[in-house]
Amino acid sequence: MSDPKRTTIAGKAVTITGNDIDTDRIIPARFLRCVTFDGLGEHAFEDDRKQLSEGGEQHPFDDPARAASRVLVVNANFGCGSSREHAPQALMRWNDGISAIVGESFAEIFFGNCVALGIPCVTASPEDVRTLQVAVAADAGLEVTVDLEAKQARFGDHSIAVDMPGGARGQLLSGRWDSTAELLDGKGAVSDVAKGLPYFAHWK
Amino acid sequence: MGKSLYEKVFDKHVVRTLDSGQHQLLMGLHLIHEVTSPQAFAMLRERGLSVLHPERTFATCDHIIPTKSQLRPFADDLAEQMLVELERNCQEHGIRYLSPDDGEQGVVHVVGPELGLTQPGMTVCCGDSHTSTHGAFGAIAFGIGTSQVRDVLATQTLAMAKLKVRRIQVDGQLRPGVYAKDVALYVINQLGVQGGVGYAYEYAGTVFDGFSMEERMTVCNMSIEGGARCGYVNPDETTYAYIKGRQYAPTGDAWDAAVGYWESMKSDADAAYDDVARIAAEDIEPVVTWGITPAQSTPVGGKVPEPRDFGDNERKVVEEAYAYMDFEPGSPIAGKKVDVAFIGSCTNGRFSDFEEVVKHLRASGKKVAEGVRALVVPGSQKVRERLLEAGYDKVFEQAGFEFREAGCSMCLAMNPDKLQGRELCASSSNRNFKGRQGSPTGRTLLMSPVMVAAAAVAGEVADARQVFSIS
Repeated sequence: MSDPKRTTIAGKAVTITGNDIDTDRIIPARFLRCVTFDGLGEHAFEDDRKQLSEGGEQHPFDDPARAASRVLVVNANFGCGSSREHAPQALMRWNDGISAIVGESFAEIFFGNCVALGIPCVTASPEDVRTLQVAVAADAGLEVTVDLEAKQARFGDHSIAVDMPGGARGQLLSGRWDSTAELLDGKGAVSDVAKGLPYFAHWK
Repeated sequence: MGKSLYEKVFDKHVVRTLDSGQHQLLMGLHLIHEVTSPQAFAMLRERGLSVLHPERTFATCDHIIPTKSQLRPFADDLAEQMLVELERNCQEHGIRYLSPDDGEQGVVHVVGPELGLTQPGMTVCCGDSHTSTHGAFGAIAFGIGTSQVRDVLATQTLAMAKLKVRRIQVDGQLRPGVYAKDVALYVINQLGVQGGVGYAYEYAGTVFDGFSMEERMTVCNMSIEGGARCGYVNPDETTYAYIKGRQYAPTGDAWDAAVGYWESMKSDADAAYDDVARIAAEDIEPVVTWGITPAQSTPVGGKVPEPRDFGDNERKVVEEAYAYMDFEPGSPIAGKKVDVAFIGSCTNGRFSDFEEVVKHLRASGKKVAEGVRALVVPGSQKVRERLLEAGYDKVFEQAGFEFREAGCSMCLAMNPDKLQGRELCASSSNRNFKGRQGSPTGRTLLMSPVMVAAAAVAGEVADARQVFSIS
């Protein structure tokens, strides 16, 4: 198994602009008719891509020059709406896989789902996100480094400050983002707390 | 300083603080369905883990179930496979499955309360963002992803950070023809779709005091559309009266103990809040969405807003909305021709939602306009049963609605109920996202069930107060 620690993620980048991009857009519901997450990658943003291509435009996910991107740059409230983990699962299975997301802000459930998959979602100021989006749009070959330790994103001559809530950042840095094992460690205490809840045994 | 219900319930369920600074939080009730659980069970199997508290885990099937007939096997192989998987997982792990065969199936956020599973002072989670619905009972209830479903199955706990609490106080008297759905949409319009990120919403004020449990559920349900992962109402006599006598409700001495516990979890009168928003009930009109986020809405007498009404920050999503909806800025929302009318969902698929519509259909004798496809989809088999007993199915059918079996149906169209092409749908559901109702170009207008009925009979968006002479 590869090292679970997430300290720096570097690679080419792709940007999706606009606020409030919901998870129905990231992966439309019809692709949730499945019992595994396999194969979701190719359907990421499928309907948005189709609509743009029918209008003679190109969605960034259809740009061959962006196909190897590992960093996704977005605006505010990215991943709002449905709790479907299929959304980050699709992003991490798209081509080489999105491994880090930089944005103005993220919807909470989406953020938590990404942490559970080892994908850092870091925030930056709207101005810095804009600068990064412009730079990425201008140069498909631009290498973007998300440095979780230094709380920076670096590209070209730029370095912007990025942030992530301490708990989640700590989990990713230490490689303890897959929480099941840690939660299992608390088993004894779980049983004590459960006993203290009058309803837990169905009021018996 | 006193504490809010959120803080009390959270503190009561904290197992320990993790190295990351997050809390390990015990989940009192775990609800599962066919869409977000199969991968979680597969992960358990891979790791050789079992379900720690199957007796606190309940399953049903709602998203993919067809509503024309629930007969097996389903025509859609993928849907059938998902249900087989759910049945197998429940059987293997000893989880109670609220099955269509037993008459207990329905949308997970309808059946939990209906069986008395959802109670005050609990933590409730489900791999479904509308789990916030259960907050109507004074529970801390929120949606989770599939990896977290795995965590809860294996450990009955989650790693969680504590949220801030915003009290949303709605005082005064709602005008006739203004419903809980309008309150929900108005709150989202005022506070925005991102306004609730980082917050739990505590709904309060005379409007919520006077609301039935079903009305409270409608508003709590849509907390997530305002960005708030959970929303709740403090429990009171209305809550207890709803729970009493249901299958999983405590009885005898346990009932008194339960009420004591529930009362102790209520927000203190001097509780501290991170923020307070005050809304006057009289300011709320019947609301209709015009765009692609639930905050893009207007009173029914209003117009599709102009680009200049928005800041630079919102420009992109607003322009996308005009283009997708094909609406002219400045045009009235009333009068937009609808192709489909949908009444149902975890927001508005409960008995009282349908009963209110029936009342107006009966009194007016009006029928669905020609060319409009109108669907009534009960939120659960029990809701459907009650509607049949009351003869309401006949009222709907005589008015030109199709009366279907229970499920999520056209709220997200994972079953065969879908919009076609660019159809415009008046919908009592919760999301007007692009492609939400099954057609990648289909368009959704969110509104209350009575407003959906008004649109169905008028053939266009219309003020239900005029269509049905509500005053």
